[in-house]
Amino acid sequence: MEYVLDGIKEALRIIATFDREFLQIVSVSLRTAGASTLLATLTGVPFGVLVALKTFPGRRALIMVLNTLMSLPTVVIGLLVYSFLSGHGPLGRLGLLYSVTAMVVGQFILAFPIVAGLTVSAVQGLDGRIHPTLASLGADSHQSLRMFLNEARFGLCGAIVAGFGRVFSEIGVSMMLGGNIKGYTRNITTAMALETSKGEFAMGLALGIILLAVALAINVLFGLLQRKAK
Amino acid sequence: MRTRLTMVVIVLALLVNPGLAKQFLKLATTTSTYETGLLDHILPPFEKKHNVRVYVISVGTGKAIKLAENGDVDVILVHAKRMEDKFVAEGFGVNRREVMYNDFLIIGPRADPAGICGLKDVQEAMKRIFNTKQRFISRGDDSGTHEIEKHLWVKAKLRPEGEWYLEVGQGMTAVLIIADEKNGYVLIDRATYLVNCNKVRLVKLVEGDKDLLNPYGIIAASPYKHSHVKYELAMTLIGWLTSPECQKLIAAYRKEGGQLFYPSADKPMR
Repeated sequence: MEYVLDGIKEALRIIATFDREFLQIVSVSLRTAGASTLLATLTGVPFGVLVALKTFPGRRALIMVLNTLMSLPTVVIGLLVYSFLSGHGPLGRLGLLYSVTAMVVGQFILAFPIVAGLTVSAVQGLDGRIHPTLASLGADSHQSLRMFLNEARFGLCGAIVAGFGRVFSEIGVSMMLGGNIKGYTRNITTAMALETSKGEFAMGLALGIILLAVALAINVLFGLLQRKAK
Repeated sequence: MRTRLTMVVIVLALLVNPGLAKQFLKLATTTSTYETGLLDHILPPFEKKHNVRVYVISVGTGKAIKLAENGDVDVILVHAKRMEDKFVAEGFGVNRREVMYNDFLIIGPRADPAGICGLKDVQEAMKRIFNTKQRFISRGDDSGTHEIEKHLWVKAKLRPEGEWYLEVGQGMTAVLIIADEKNGYVLIDRATYLVNCNKVRLVKLVEGDKDLLNPYGIIAASPYKHSHVKYELAMTLIGWLTSPECQKLIAAYRKEGGQLFYPSADKPMR
């Protein structure tokens, strides 16, 4: 028990003293998850809205594929992107393997189906009368798109938060594409795996606390936004 | 619309690369040089002098060589002479230089159920572990340490398999921790053992056989196989690691248990 208590004490010290290595690790996590979620939002939300509103052959199948991809294992993404970025792969010349960019690419692939899939559900969940109402009021397609986004904003926020939560806490992509390079691609989850494998409890625990704290903060923020809007 | 797009691009660029892009070099190395803290001791002077960041990817020797063959890293610091020779002979690596050496140990439970404590002959020790079916933890990851271990089994004409033989596929420190939790025998490089010896209950049992010597070599990835590798910078790093200044730093790197690595750039062992 003393072992665990000492670990907790040391973890709190690391957090309280703003340990440089610790801050660097947290910043990598926030930056990669931020960039990939931003990309997934910019592409996934419009894509999801289109799929939800348009009718075209194969639409149901597409939604099913999106929903399946929402549970895509991170190691599969890691493997696929790795094979493209490695020196033997088609994009090898870019030298992107083991870089922050490679992590963002992998995390984007992870987040996109989540953001897009949940956007589809959010828009489909809206009142069915909106569409004819907007049309009868003479809204052009740009205006009605804005109305839809506005009406579905809670669902959309939820989609983005879910995407961020997934990439922020994942380890497979970060480990395989980032390579856990100290001071460069080492993020919270890969650092935790390494520290545990080295039998170093404190740093891992400090990072775990931050991981949970960020998850909590985002959910609180989301809750506040929702309440304010009501 | 265009201004928004510009904003997004700027935000993305800042997230991906917040500092000014400095030139960098990718070094793949074994877990034993990295996790012992040696590289944190000898790389910063080089980084400062040449204004370059060295990104260290810590994997087993087998994986490090693969990475260099694929052009994914610029230079490797590894320890498996046979694999290194093949790597150079096939034209993937150039300019192998020996940097330093230490040796391997067999450590295990203090009670020593296989009765190997104090043996000078490592083959005899392997035979006793095999015959008594005592738990043995293997790296199982094609690392340099794993290569040596496999070589020792082959030399003793034994084929380890069964419940007592665990291949865990992880780095040296991780394997040491696992061996400690499982109270088994393990082949380990002296540096990793010395750095962690007061974290574990396992004790040193066999050392001193010449089959247990462990030389480390540094090799640049060939620019003829992959034109994008940073050959000149890699050569500068090789120059630094084999310089008298850095060799002195290596010799001076000690932990409570003693000296971890012995410089050997000017008197290669093989």
